[in-house]
Amino acid sequence: MSGLRNKSITMAHGGGGRAMRDLIEKLVLPAFDNPRLAPLEDQARIGLNELAELGDRLAFTTDSYVVAPLFFPGGDIGKLAICGTVNDLAMAGAVPLFLSCGLILEEGLPSDDLERVLASMGREARCSGVQVVTGDTKVVNRGAADKLFINTAGIGVVPRGVDIAATRARPGDVVIVNGSLGDHGVAILVARNELELQSSIASDCQPLHGLVQAMLAACPDIHCLRDATRGGLATVLNEFAVASKVGIRLEERALLLKPEVRGACEMLGLDVLYMANEGKLAAVVPRAQAQAVMAAMRAHPAGADSAIVGEVTAAPAGHVILNTPLGGERVVDMLVGEQLPRIC
Amino acid sequence: MKYADEFRDPDLARALVGQITRLADTLAAGAARPLQVMEVCGGHTHTIFRYGLKDLLPPSIEFVHGPGCPVCVLPMGRVDDCVAIAEHPQVIMTTFGDAMRVPGSKKSLLQAKAEGADVRIVYSPLDALKLAQKHPDKEVVFFGLGFETTMPSTAMTVLQAEALGVRNFSLFCNHITIIPTVKAILDSPDLQIDGFLGPGHVSMVIGTRPYEFIAQRYRRPLVVAGFEPLDILQSLWMVLKQIEEGRCAVENQYKRIAPEGGNAPALEAIARVFELREFFEWRGLGSIDHSGVRMRQSYAGYDAERRFSVPNLKIADPKSCQCGEVLKGVIKPHQCKVFGTLCTPETPLGALMVSSEGACAAYHQYSRIAIVRREAAAVTSAG
Repeated sequence: MSGLRNKSITMAHGGGGRAMRDLIEKLVLPAFDNPRLAPLEDQARIGLNELAELGDRLAFTTDSYVVAPLFFPGGDIGKLAICGTVNDLAMAGAVPLFLSCGLILEEGLPSDDLERVLASMGREARCSGVQVVTGDTKVVNRGAADKLFINTAGIGVVPRGVDIAATRARPGDVVIVNGSLGDHGVAILVARNELELQSSIASDCQPLHGLVQAMLAACPDIHCLRDATRGGLATVLNEFAVASKVGIRLEERALLLKPEVRGACEMLGLDVLYMANEGKLAAVVPRAQAQAVMAAMRAHPAGADSAIVGEVTAAPAGHVILNTPLGGERVVDMLVGEQLPRIC
Repeated sequence: MKYADEFRDPDLARALVGQITRLADTLAAGAARPLQVMEVCGGHTHTIFRYGLKDLLPPSIEFVHGPGCPVCVLPMGRVDDCVAIAEHPQVIMTTFGDAMRVPGSKKSLLQAKAEGADVRIVYSPLDALKLAQKHPDKEVVFFGLGFETTMPSTAMTVLQAEALGVRNFSLFCNHITIIPTVKAILDSPDLQIDGFLGPGHVSMVIGTRPYEFIAQRYRRPLVVAGFEPLDILQSLWMVLKQIEEGRCAVENQYKRIAPEGGNAPALEAIARVFELREFFEWRGLGSIDHSGVRMRQSYAGYDAERRFSVPNLKIADPKSCQCGEVLKGVIKPHQCKVFGTLCTPETPLGALMVSSEGACAAYHQYSRIAIVRREAAAVTSAG
């Protein structure tokens, strides 16, 4: 049961008056409960010294979350909004620290739904060791947004000596992925219920900064790192290949797919290489350190199913080639248009 | 995964490839050109590229990618008509997803949707009918596409609409039929094709007998083929075996799905709802007699072409397109003048670049030849 007086969000909850105050005090503050947010100033204040102790560069990112439906197996828009931004920071090797939370609410959104999402955000933030320290709430007329949109920006600190960039893939490096592909994309497709499919598949939505720290401990010289969200693994690897002016060769049989994901992709004619993930990363690491990185990843809960899925080659520069299990090959290009609309 | 992995076994594939190679090398020895086998269906084209089957085969044999991608061969004028219907304010246009991007002369359904038309992706025409029942104040139109494979489900949906008394549902019918088209290809003077892989899912509906004329009159072997990699390799071997033995017959590799006599209830539903058009326009191939169907007069109430006014203009294919030559196997996709330069999957000029089942799109997306070509184009434009 929602702590709000109204069962659903009205324009007043974004109007700056008593109703908005009610929403912030009863729903937002309890969810995020931390000393930087509590004073409700227009901004959070963060001491520079405490940041500088952790590294020598600030990482700063923002992402907006518009997923429909709001709740799905394995997560909800709130969990996604924390994990997604934490992961964007983590992909620089940064220690994620502070997040903002901008809410855009559609008039008529059930207050209970908002409370559930905020509680989920709070829970995920605590688990990830980050604090939501500033925020904003707007309400728009019915139809001007789809129930609830969330923007989170985040800052973290990159430890000294870590230099991860899409330009750093070198011929001979290996490509590692931390588990099964396409879980989030398929979970969302099924949750939309438009296909009358039933499946037990849950989104892989999870924070990855712990895994990345473990990887960096094993090999501080990780070359490239990106989470394979929209556009999937294919898109990330194409980005690496283009930015580093190298080729990437993937082994199809090394890619891990859950049977339900494979079934859904077969049936719907979707290519899992382009399916969204929310808890998977692609790493390019020097071959000499590959086994050490793999061992560190497999010892971490977010990397138990990690596998080497490919290697970096000199040619064809800017392209990703896949070896099929039958011994043929095909080019894995960037996606033209969309596979299916809006899934994260 | 059951019923899929069995048909993708690498060891069996290797064994088949070995036999195909021996046969093809013997048959093509001394010939001026490789053996050409056309896979009629876009689904086969997709499998060939998806699994890199081309790389496994010797230079003595090559696939010619046929006209069997219904999304690709839809002419621009029909897309324009569909967009015109979709833009009626009371219409909800429903379509299979891959038809969204097919370019009309001015816009695609995707662009029409962005401009405010109510266009929705469905996975079955029955979903469109359900939508009509849910929105009695709207006119729900289904964009009916495809060969005999999808015709029965559309016909059954129309029959169901009639049985349920749903009056706000109609069909924009662009169904086409494969036989006259294969015949048109066989009749073309520059034809070089030595044998055919027949479309397995069309055959599931029409059976294997309608292809007999290809073996008897045109003296070409045809093997009805399934869609997994081993299906295609085995069918290819069966075609070569016929050539080796000097036979021309219709054989069925896809017996597990496609019965010789076809599917009687499906054929009956098609016959009740549809009749042949005198001719239908194909992208890349032009007008082909009796190659499309329309709705019978008795179902006029469900015919979107009769219920809505459409421009019904014939839009010529762009002159630079060589889709017709690619379809007949005279040139390869990457040998077309505009491949990868003016004609790309983002901005397709020709039919075969439109859907991932089209030969040119498959080449562009999956084949290394496309990379080489694109790099050459980049160097030329930079220089």
